[in-house]
Amino acid sequence: MSTKTDKIDRLAELTARSETSTGASLWVEAFRRLRSSKMAIIGACVIALFVVLAIVGPWLAPYSAEAQTWRNEVFRNQGIFVGPRADNWFGLDHLGRDEFSRFLVGARQTLLVGVVATLLGFTVGALLGGLSGAALTLGGRIGRRVDTVVMRFIDMMLALPSLLLAVSVAAVLGQSLTTVMIAVGVVQIPIFARLLRGAMLAQGGSDYVLAARALGVRRRRIVFSQILPNSLSPVIVQATLCLATAIIEAAALSYLGLGNPDPAVPEWGVMLAQSQEFFDAAPMLAVYPALGIIITALGFTLLGEAMREALDPKLRS
Amino acid sequence: MLRLVIRRLLQLIPTLFGLSVLLFLWLNKLPGGPAAAMLGERATPEAKARVEAALGLDQPVWVQYGRFLGRLLRGDLGTSSQTGQPVVDELLLRFPATVELGVSAILIAIVVGIPLGYFAARRRGSWLDVTAVSGSLLGICIPVFFLAFLLRMVFSVHLGWFPAFGRQSTGINATEVTGFFVLDGILTGEFDAAWDAINHLVLPALALSSIPLAIIVRMTRASVLEVLGEDYVRTAESKGLSNSVVRLRHVLRNALLPVVTAIGLLTGGLLSGAVLTESVFSFGGIGSFLKTAIDARDYPVLVGFIMFIAMTYVVINLIVDVAYSVIDPRVRVH
Amino acid sequence: MPLLSVDELSITFTARGRRDVSAVSGVSFDVDQGQVVGLVGESGCGKSVTSLALMGLLPKRGVRLGGRADFDGTELLSLSRDKMRDMRGRQLAMIFQDPLSSLNPVVPIGVQVTEILKRHRGMKGEAARKEAASLLDRVGIPDPTRRLKEYPHQLSGGMRQRALIAMAVACAPRLLIADEPTTALDVTIQAQILELLKELVDQEGTGLLMITHDLGVVAGLCDQVNVLYAGRVVESAERRPLFAAPTHPYSHGLLGSIPRLDAPRGERLSPIRGSINDRIAWSDGCAFAPRCDFYTMECLTGTPQLTEPHAAGHRVRCVNPVLPDAAGAAADRTEAGA
Repeated sequence: MSTKTDKIDRLAELTARSETSTGASLWVEAFRRLRSSKMAIIGACVIALFVVLAIVGPWLAPYSAEAQTWRNEVFRNQGIFVGPRADNWFGLDHLGRDEFSRFLVGARQTLLVGVVATLLGFTVGALLGGLSGAALTLGGRIGRRVDTVVMRFIDMMLALPSLLLAVSVAAVLGQSLTTVMIAVGVVQIPIFARLLRGAMLAQGGSDYVLAARALGVRRRRIVFSQILPNSLSPVIVQATLCLATAIIEAAALSYLGLGNPDPAVPEWGVMLAQSQEFFDAAPMLAVYPALGIIITALGFTLLGEAMREALDPKLRS
Repeated sequence: MLRLVIRRLLQLIPTLFGLSVLLFLWLNKLPGGPAAAMLGERATPEAKARVEAALGLDQPVWVQYGRFLGRLLRGDLGTSSQTGQPVVDELLLRFPATVELGVSAILIAIVVGIPLGYFAARRRGSWLDVTAVSGSLLGICIPVFFLAFLLRMVFSVHLGWFPAFGRQSTGINATEVTGFFVLDGILTGEFDAAWDAINHLVLPALALSSIPLAIIVRMTRASVLEVLGEDYVRTAESKGLSNSVVRLRHVLRNALLPVVTAIGLLTGGLLSGAVLTESVFSFGGIGSFLKTAIDARDYPVLVGFIMFIAMTYVVINLIVDVAYSVIDPRVRVH
Repeated sequence: MPLLSVDELSITFTARGRRDVSAVSGVSFDVDQGQVVGLVGESGCGKSVTSLALMGLLPKRGVRLGGRADFDGTELLSLSRDKMRDMRGRQLAMIFQDPLSSLNPVVPIGVQVTEILKRHRGMKGEAARKEAASLLDRVGIPDPTRRLKEYPHQLSGGMRQRALIAMAVACAPRLLIADEPTTALDVTIQAQILELLKELVDQEGTGLLMITHDLGVVAGLCDQVNVLYAGRVVESAERRPLFAAPTHPYSHGLLGSIPRLDAPRGERLSPIRGSINDRIAWSDGCAFAPRCDFYTMECLTGTPQLTEPHAAGHRVRCVNPVLPDAAGAAADRTEAGA
């Protein structure tokens, strides 16, 4: 008896030593791999920094971001810009405002535009794509018709360059911060819709869905409790990537004169667009907000790409 | 092949039809209605009334739409409120410049991007790979107009290597044949004019190519990595084929399939980018024209532009689809 | 002297920042001209890696090779990349498991056959096309000139595998390695493909290394059989003695898990429990011990050696082998244990 338990114990010990744990769920494993990805860590740190800046930025700002405190000094200089100095770390802008304070305060608006626009694109896009995918999976002639109509609409949106779509929206709604958010969000709708529909179709053809159907699970239940949750990961990855493009697109809209019409409120895109007029005289005024945008966009892109890699079953070894 | 083209053209009809409905609704929703949209916001009430009567705004909506569609089909996109000229003429006049710019940018992206992506994948983890990947991430994250300004400041304002704006230097007296300045210069034998036009193209094309280049590098790299793991590449290696045959016939040929599709989808973004780049370099294509149209709220130009661009996008994607079916035999059968 | 002589082959995967993983160690076997040698085992036992190592198809980085593989006087493992490239397709050829994914989907079959003729036999244009057609004809593809213009997706599964075999035998190689050539095919097609391989071996005197998990294939085709478990040969014998008296508990279990028509009705199959993941490192003892019905504490003291417990040429890596006279008793014990 004792030799038998000995044998079992010894075997168990040896087996455990040579065996790595398996059976972790997809998300747990993806998260584990995210943690060991340099790209993901850098991306997450940049995003964290940006979010903290967006929250506390306005309190950190040494001066008012809107008051033209050094206005007279700037006008006296006649086109020669005041560069960085002890009082104003980033120098003064063309109206005599402290650029550093505007940069700090601007983070919040920038984040707000990016997040609201992406949320809008995500929600509407996922609804349309989900509707289309679910209709097609549930099958029937009506299902196919619904899918065709939705997809034609999505194709139509895709046929328009993103900026033009944004311009059209801005033309109807007039110029405001809300317009910028809607315009940027609308551009993302077809991206999310196509992605979710594609993922749902791919899942719908997979063996486990077939198995569930063979077991007699109702189609509707399969769609909502199996296909949809399993199709969301690429959409979530895309949302992270879209946050980056949203911030960049918002800047482009500002440059085209369709941004927030209130020039006093600092936002990196608006700051970048406004400073282009004085680019040859004071390039740094453009560089600060541009760097802010580029680094933030890089953060979201890095995290998004790392997530995509972590979730891609093909890349899993 | 012909069947594919015809089928795709037929599929276009509902898309373009839907687009025209959207545009019609859009024009009606514009502040001040379509009359103001056509005449500009500062139109006099009399002029507005005259246009409204001419447009038949007193008639039912579907009649109005019918007329709108009729005009669209005849190629009548209205007159620009900035110049008073027909929108179609204005667009056609500027179209070659934008095509020249867009084609140059895409060519740069393809010629640089595909080899870069390929070698990055072959030497995964090397400095070349790291540079290519981080470079392409950066390329996606830089706002195009900022990059354009940066290039202009460094290479034309400071270094003076390239002209800072326009398509042609003032001293050049080139004969215009097609409107594509580089092509014209070569066709007429005025090589100095062609060279001048190329010099004007370099910086805007570089700026505009940043996003397509980044995307092509990343897609090629990912695609090559995937193909390298395919069984048929192992088969090719097991046959002892030479390196070049394995690379070109078995790896690249398969790896480029998704890249070709991506190039078609890039054109939409390219046109957005052209609007920004052209206005930075005052390039004189439809992009810079659109910027001034936005500033002036010149709605007929916007409508015309949208229809015009949608057609271009659709045609380019049709070409890509046909090209795809040529290189992928599996598509031909279905 | 054998055509191919593999001696103490070991393959270790080394990834930066991770523990080295030994895929194969101490594997030795010979292949003679005109002989069919089987490498048998479950997936993950190292049989495919062995074949890739012999073909020089494993990546150079991250893989450490040990031992020797002598191919008619040429040492394969240390051959330069270019020399190996010249060998492949001409001297050594390989047939893979999944014929659809093993053929380039966007290149016509004809090009995929002629490219190897162009590379190794210096053929050109029309001559190469003619030869390709006769190769397809030889492997039993009807209407070969038309098939040459077609793409892989237009062929049936059996046709694809035949086309792959045509490519493999295009330069009359002296050794053919077939890695599970019939696994992806229908049963009727499987038999045809095996028949074709047998014909080629008999006619050309080609050595064939057959990699499979299918004991049916082994019984029908192989002269010599090597059973692999967790990267080591656990039993090696000629076909008849092996099937008559499977001596390693693993081979014994493999044969015991196949339904037999001549078994008494009502007798239960005796499957091997667990999976290949339930194993211990060979350095700690016998890797099969966790799944073995006969293991004792002796099994957990160092790697067991290959011995010949009951017949010359029948080598077994086990300290408690299932000897032929004890086989019946062992089966009883298994029943009782289960």
